[in-house]
Amino acid sequence: MKHNIVIIGAGPSGIEAAHCLAVSGEHVTVFEKMEDPLENLRNKAFLFPDFTSASELTETFRTKLQHPYITYRGGTSITDMERMDGRWVLTTDRGEKIDTDDVILATGYRPFDASRKEELGYGIYNGVVTSLDMEKMLLRGRVVNSIGDLPSRVAFLQCVGSRDSKVGNNYCSKVCCITAAKQAVEVKKLLPEAEVFIFYMDLRMWGQGFEEIYRSSQQDYGIRYIRGRISEAAGTFDGKVQIKAEDTLTGLPMKMSTDLLVLMVGMEPSEGTRMLAGRCGICGEYGFARSENRHLYDNVTSREGLYLCGSCKRPMCLEDVISDARSAAMELLKSR
Amino acid sequence: METISNNLHPTPPAHQRTLSASADQPEGLRPAFPAHQRYWNEYVKEIADDRYFYERSCIRQTFFPGSEAAFLKILRDELGKDIRDEVNQHTCTGIGYHSDIVPLETTMTIVARLFSLMTEAGYKNYVPSCVTSFGVFSEIVHKWEEQPALLEKTRELLFKATGREFEIPENIAHPSDIIYKFRNELKDKMKYRLVNRYTGRPLKVVDHIGCHYAKIFPEKGIGKAEFPHVLAGMVESWGGEVVDYPERRHCCGFGFRQYIIQENRGYSIANSKKKFESMEPYEPDFIVSNCPGCTMFLDKWQYVIAEMEHKTYDKEGYGIPSLTYEEMAGLLLGYDPWTLGLQLHQVQVEHLLDKIGIEYDPDDKYRAADGSLLPSPEKPNNLQV
Repeated sequence: MKHNIVIIGAGPSGIEAAHCLAVSGEHVTVFEKMEDPLENLRNKAFLFPDFTSASELTETFRTKLQHPYITYRGGTSITDMERMDGRWVLTTDRGEKIDTDDVILATGYRPFDASRKEELGYGIYNGVVTSLDMEKMLLRGRVVNSIGDLPSRVAFLQCVGSRDSKVGNNYCSKVCCITAAKQAVEVKKLLPEAEVFIFYMDLRMWGQGFEEIYRSSQQDYGIRYIRGRISEAAGTFDGKVQIKAEDTLTGLPMKMSTDLLVLMVGMEPSEGTRMLAGRCGICGEYGFARSENRHLYDNVTSREGLYLCGSCKRPMCLEDVISDARSAAMELLKSR
Repeated sequence: METISNNLHPTPPAHQRTLSASADQPEGLRPAFPAHQRYWNEYVKEIADDRYFYERSCIRQTFFPGSEAAFLKILRDELGKDIRDEVNQHTCTGIGYHSDIVPLETTMTIVARLFSLMTEAGYKNYVPSCVTSFGVFSEIVHKWEEQPALLEKTRELLFKATGREFEIPENIAHPSDIIYKFRNELKDKMKYRLVNRYTGRPLKVVDHIGCHYAKIFPEKGIGKAEFPHVLAGMVESWGGEVVDYPERRHCCGFGFRQYIIQENRGYSIANSKKKFESMEPYEPDFIVSNCPGCTMFLDKWQYVIAEMEHKTYDKEGYGIPSLTYEEMAGLLLGYDPWTLGLQLHQVQVEHLLDKIGIEYDPDDKYRAADGSLLPSPEKPNNLQV
């Protein structure tokens, strides 16, 4: 079957790029390995820095995906792609061959698997959760500890799977600092009596409005920031989590028990990103896809007719992903 | 040579209010992964099958005089293995090395001499009894791999001093690795299990791993450094339940500079105390360790704390018995507790023996090998015996 444009991945970047192309008169087919699109976004409650409801954005993207020029193929993985006779030929997991002029890779990221940091006890002690688990609890409006009670103390740990040579990820995932601040504020809104701590190496509040949340989280919500990495988490007799850290500002070791330890997991290239970037010869550092030129041609690749958008290239926040998707659509249109 | 993997199937501690993936799971929380999905389950370690060259510890024969003999007996009589107990062996310098008393070049040359004894005897698999020795050998061999010039220098120093030559062992394993490897074969030969005969429940066991077993080279320990499985695997195979308490990984307090320098001994006991306080709520039946210093300090500091603070960490005031893994294995195999040397422990073991149902003669506790009775030790003021 012949297509004009195929987009692989139906997260925010894939849908935004598809919609931009569709409103420009192009027919686009979007492949998504999951049945439903927007898997990562669907599990979020509120978005930084303005606490926008994630469900509003999800609905907006769903509406965009229904554009008449967009064909959505959920539950279909692309298992291979190669360039033949000036066109891309994609193979699906059902053995179907897809013939197309252009491809946009929007295969995105996967959250770091926190159980790889076994010293932090994820998957071992029920009081240890990830930022994704916390987001699901916030989405339901109920934050609970390992036995279903309301927690009196919650500790967040930054840089789990990011800036960590032990797991092979030396890069910063960019969104965790502000996400922790955001989630901490949300926890305090739900549980004003709870003590909330954030353990960090340094805080990278780089975006517009981020610093304000950081400041407000301390001044208005009493959230306490401790500069130090947690070295070890262990379950306690009463179902809590004991954590050890060094407060590097006071130079003292510290130990405390917490009802919940929230691991702020970083972003890694998704399996699809790794595999397809590898197949196309555009595999960059850490398995992310590599663009032609980071400054001038960040949406094009060394392969003709192959474009990139979103967090398949590197960790990105949602604002950047959406802008990048529009940029990718424009690059593709320019070539026509 | 066989490569074994750690088939971890830990029994969740009874006290832990863990949640299954059923309806009682609070929204948003996920249950603990099944054991087979745990990452450390993938860690493997090569342990030789047979023909071991055994190196005794400097201090274990004083603290636990029956443990090394029990290990040799288990390997020879129970498992039918060839293990050489070399008469000309000597220290590895571990305590001196880690106390900055013995320089590295000396340690390397002495390690080389021990290897030359192994080479001369025709063995290739080195088995040091002491965890610190295990760490020293692993470290020196690693140094030689990284810096071949150091290896050549050591060969030269050894040859000049003694005229001896050596080969680097093909395999270095700690004796606890070997017992772990054959734990299921031993289980079939055991007379007793780690089960409380009065309640029918598994005994609750605190496992403590010597720091130099896996904290220096995590990949050289079964289960690596965070969740070493070497002793837990024995306990679980033999019917017991491992206590996963918060200070499980914390140092016992032996730390050479803490103990050898008298002024620093407060640090040593403070570390042990921290562990006792952390394990106390779980009511462990006993502690098992694979390090000379750990077993001793986790035993003897209980006496000191009881005398200083009138505090014991069990309900009855007897303390928590602290065993070596050879003693644990020997007891379950039906070896006589007094031949194993358990009467030399500070915390007395009779209550534990009774719980397991181990037969023993109280009158033989202080009987010498020639049948004569030795004088009984003085009783502590606070620790019950």
